[in-house]
Amino acid sequence: MIDIQDIIKPENLVYEKSSLLTDNVMHYCPGCTHGVVHKLVAEVIEELGIQEQTIGVSPVGCSVFAYNYIDIDWAEAAHGRAPAVATGISRLHPEKYVFTYQGDGDLASIGCGEIMHACNRGENIVVIFINNAIYGMTGGQMAPTTLLGQVTATTPYGRDAKLNGFPMKITELIAQLDGTCYVTRQSADTPGAVRKTKNALKKAFQNTRLQKGTSFVEVVSTCNSGWKVTPVEANNWMRENMFKKYPLGDIKDI
Amino acid sequence: MAKFRGAIVVDNEKCKGCGLCVVACPTKVIDLNPDVNGKGYHYAYMKNPEACIGCASCGLVCPDSVISVYKMNVE
Repeated sequence: MIDIQDIIKPENLVYEKSSLLTDNVMHYCPGCTHGVVHKLVAEVIEELGIQEQTIGVSPVGCSVFAYNYIDIDWAEAAHGRAPAVATGISRLHPEKYVFTYQGDGDLASIGCGEIMHACNRGENIVVIFINNAIYGMTGGQMAPTTLLGQVTATTPYGRDAKLNGFPMKITELIAQLDGTCYVTRQSADTPGAVRKTKNALKKAFQNTRLQKGTSFVEVVSTCNSGWKVTPVEANNWMRENMFKKYPLGDIKDI
Repeated sequence: MAKFRGAIVVDNEKCKGCGLCVVACPTKVIDLNPDVNGKGYHYAYMKNPEACIGCASCGLVCPDSVISVYKMNVE
């Protein structure tokens, strides 16, 4: 009979928290996808050994405090303007790895112009786009990516196309732009999906090293507080509804 | 008999009890503890430790990175 204490030894360790993640407790709600993506960004930067050369630009939204959790250099941009700030940083420091981390309210709504033009110019940056179909921080209002019929604080009877327009597939729009080299949509709900997302992020950062242009990684995410369900139900809801509108996979890879 | 035995260590005070590791575990090792931590969350624990194979699925999906996974070859 093997005792648990015989297994828990340093030589048997196969998975632990990345050393780039700080000891701060994340302010995110239990089960929030932001935590998983933060962890993956930290792991990818650690594995590529580029901690000293990486500069992140955090957005406005729940992930505004990303700089408290990953131990790299950060800048904080005004709402939606992360791609513009990242443009400046990457042009001043072309040898650095610059990435933005934005939600759907930040990137697809107020920052729609900035992201389109940054991608069209082919700035040598990585864009991480968290799409949870809602404004999480301000209390669950409708976002451009909110699905038709989805109930939010500002669409209490469900999103109506006549009144509110259609959900925006911004990643497909971005893929049309010649400046982008890698555009993909991933999720982080299962261990397999988490591994795929990590590979996508790694590839995106490697594209920066190769000076190939803008890499755009969308992660279809959950907001269990905004959707008013448990974290496990949120993942199920995402698989049933969001994946139909936002199918996973690489959209562009050159 | 499994070729591998595994074990997890959960940072109880940082765990928020979201339960994503419970559904991610392929061998149904993890459950939420009836006890609560300092913040009032039912933290994750190994309810059925003999079944753990150290696959690290729980660690991968944990949003707060509170799970360390250990794995040992028993053959």
